[in-house]
Amino acid sequence: MSAADSAREAAAALERCDALGLNATLHWSAELLDAQAAAVDRRAAAGEVLPLAGVPVAIKDNIVTADAPTTCASRILEGYTSPYEATAVTRLRDAGALIAAKTNLDEFAMGSSTEHSAFGRVQHPLDAARVPGGSSGGSAALVAAGAVPAALGSETGGSVRQPASFCGVVGVKPGYGRVSRYGLVAFGSSLDCVSVFGRTVEDAGRVLRAISGPDPLDSTSLAAPPITPGPAPADLRGVRIGLPREYFPADLDPAIRTALDRVAGAVRALGGTVEDVSLPHTRYAVPTYYIIAPAEASANLARFDGVRYGLRRIGPEGDVRSLYRATRGEGFGPEVRRRVLVGTYVLSAGYYDAYYRKAQRVRSLIAHDFAEVFASGVDLLLTPTTPTTAFRAGERTEDPVAMYLADIFVSAVNLAGLPAISIPAGRSAGLPIGAQLIAPAMGDERMIEVAAALERMVSAVAEVR
Amino acid sequence: MTWETVIGLEVHMQLRTRSKMFCGCSTAFGDPPNTNVCPVCLGLPGALPVPNAEAVRLGARAALALGCALHHASVFARKNYFYPDLPKGYQISQFDRPLATGGVVHFESAERGRVAVEIQRLHLEEDAGKSLHDRVPGRTAVDLNRAGVPLAEIVSGPDLRSPAEARAYLVALRQILLYTGASDCSMEEGSLRVDANLSIRRAGDPALGTKTEVKNMNSFANVERALEAERERQVALAEAGKPVRQVTLLFDAAMGAVRPTRSKEGSHDYRYFPDPDLPPLVLTAEWERAQRDALPELPEARRERFVTAHGLSPYHAGVMASERPLADYFEAVVAAGADARAAANWIAGDVMTGYNTSGTLAVQPARLAALIALERDGIVSLQAARRVFGELAGSGESPRMIAERLGLIQVKDADALGGWVDEVLAAHPDELARYRAGETKLLGFFVGQVMKRSAGKADPKGVQPVLKERLG
Ligand SMILES: [Zn+2]
Repeated sequence: MSAADSAREAAAALERCDALGLNATLHWSAELLDAQAAAVDRRAAAGEVLPLAGVPVAIKDNIVTADAPTTCASRILEGYTSPYEATAVTRLRDAGALIAAKTNLDEFAMGSSTEHSAFGRVQHPLDAARVPGGSSGGSAALVAAGAVPAALGSETGGSVRQPASFCGVVGVKPGYGRVSRYGLVAFGSSLDCVSVFGRTVEDAGRVLRAISGPDPLDSTSLAAPPITPGPAPADLRGVRIGLPREYFPADLDPAIRTALDRVAGAVRALGGTVEDVSLPHTRYAVPTYYIIAPAEASANLARFDGVRYGLRRIGPEGDVRSLYRATRGEGFGPEVRRRVLVGTYVLSAGYYDAYYRKAQRVRSLIAHDFAEVFASGVDLLLTPTTPTTAFRAGERTEDPVAMYLADIFVSAVNLAGLPAISIPAGRSAGLPIGAQLIAPAMGDERMIEVAAALERMVSAVAEVR
Repeated sequence: MTWETVIGLEVHMQLRTRSKMFCGCSTAFGDPPNTNVCPVCLGLPGALPVPNAEAVRLGARAALALGCALHHASVFARKNYFYPDLPKGYQISQFDRPLATGGVVHFESAERGRVAVEIQRLHLEEDAGKSLHDRVPGRTAVDLNRAGVPLAEIVSGPDLRSPAEARAYLVALRQILLYTGASDCSMEEGSLRVDANLSIRRAGDPALGTKTEVKNMNSFANVERALEAERERQVALAEAGKPVRQVTLLFDAAMGAVRPTRSKEGSHDYRYFPDPDLPPLVLTAEWERAQRDALPELPEARRERFVTAHGLSPYHAGVMASERPLADYFEAVVAAGADARAAANWIAGDVMTGYNTSGTLAVQPARLAALIALERDGIVSLQAARRVFGELAGSGESPRMIAERLGLIQVKDADALGGWVDEVLAAHPDELARYRAGETKLLGFFVGQVMKRSAGKADPKGVQPVLKERLG
């Protein structure tokens, strides 16, 4: 199939998604798709080897592209088009992929439901009344709806794995530093990772391979080769999988527990072993995350000041303070304002030690928990991705803490900078359940290979009771 | 009541790199506004900083020259504040883990002799842009060419006791920094900026008084003037029994006065925290050794060597060592065979005059050495040698050829000298009579007249015996 055909198919699928009211896309055009496809077909005809020739990939709208706006789903960047492209996007284009659409998200990636978008909430593809998860809900929904085989999202605290779990697709968060952050609009810089959705583990792995690897433009990118997973192993003999007991609380949804039991059963059936392990500082992950991420965000979002780009509003006083107040007051939504305020507070004189410094200490304890477990010989950890299936829209918007708890099983991984993947593991009442594998640092490839083996054994759509 | 003044200085120097601290943009001075900018220094969404290795090297070099301990792990931090010329809403600087700490600079104080000033810290940071209030009427324009230019901030201890000491310290500090080549140290072009903290206390009181910060001084002379004005202001307050408040003051050079800024700079909470975009800056012992080995001999050591090895006076040694090009020049002239003290005399005189006006050392060291030899050997007089020097820069001729062309070679021949002596004695019968009557101090007068009549060509050493013989 030519890239031109693939572009036409993608355009038709995106059209359908928009018509269904998913509200998953923020910008895309058939013309742009066609133009890209023509270029790719020319390169292929010239004999260039393109590992992702004509593969349409959707991009979360907090990753900058030069041929379409990048808004971060915020009024403050409405109409902004970046003059340069993110490294991950450049690498996708180099590999022959088509940038299919920019996708909706929680404003500046702050949220767990894609309800906090200035441009309206994203609908769950299986149930319009529910959320797709977030913050990369638009990318997750497009992959789940079959519009694209893969999409880029970003993670700061589970923002790809959680919606992947809710939508029944694969979501991979690589180890911190394996994919360049250059061109990913920063939220919590020490946590942020460009991450990938795929219809299958293999699709996600191919995209990850294209975008990963060192980047001189990102000082935190690792000097490690691109993530290059091999094929799914035929069996898991010698593989030790740990089940951290803190991720299986007594009140866990029984369907989710059963789904995870099935995955553990598949591990055993493939010759692997499963054992109970403990990550004692798990319960501190969400509070720690909600200090560190907002602290970094408060500085990262300071550049949206109305001086150089984006929205500009000037208050009645007419001075520069009123420019900042009016622009940021009107440009940022309530969740972003909440986090900027929290972040400013935890960094301020007199509170820094009690919050930010202490959170950094707890962060190292959380990372140490993982390191200990992996040092004991466990290869991968298996957990539920989320404590519930997709919840109803509006259910948690008035209760930030309930919203934050949707990330209870995903945040610790970001604090520790580890690779993790969520794969579909059945459904409960028609809604997808995700199983999460967590790997040690630099264990991205092994994790993806094991996930591919389990993906074959575990039905993504079978109803679990 | 006597008051003691306590001053500490914060010096920002621009590191002499071609590109900015965290991006590849040019650091050129004076380009059209907003032409040396990119996504990184514009603070565009998604852009990330990458440290400039050359800036790190120059900062480390300066730190080592100031005797600081270089830290093998230092941390970039974000200093958060809103200002239109600060594109990211924070400045990348270093806070609790700077590049270097604990150095010392010595200088000669008129009141206290040799004074050691502690260098508390040297850290790396990026500059902000420039707000232009006069470019567009009624509006403020922003030029971000400077945004991201690499700076090193050098913080002294509160070890200075007068505005004159502050100036002398700055001269000594600038000498060292120029020797390292880390910076151009030009206050006019903004590559050196000085902020001062000043407080007063009763003489003998160990506790420090409330300090104020003085900014906007565009020359070392103005630093001294500004601090004098601020000292007077604080003393007047103290003597009237009023408290000194912690404020930031701007120096108005035209008025010679300091006035408080309207902004509440002192009350800022910068919310410093480690920049998560930049891993700790790690330097190895091996790298440090290489930087240390590459350091030039510094002004103080060179000054001492000029006294001990070349026999210069401390004054001349100080002048020769004050700038690296001058010191190198002095040594080259000596290496070309000139007597060190004669070379120093020449350099402190005619050479310096030219250097200060043109900024160049136009006469090659070997040619100056040859000229010095001509004078030493009595082939030309000192006066004649200075005329030859004036011709040397623009000419390919040897000093001797110039002297010959200008007819400046000294005449030693007794017959020629005798002719001029006879003419002089004939022209001054009165003085001759007085000399013969015992007024022998007129000998000098006759020598002078002979020199004049010979148009400077007569060898003064040869004239005297001939004169004495005739007067005999
Ligand atoms: Zn730049």
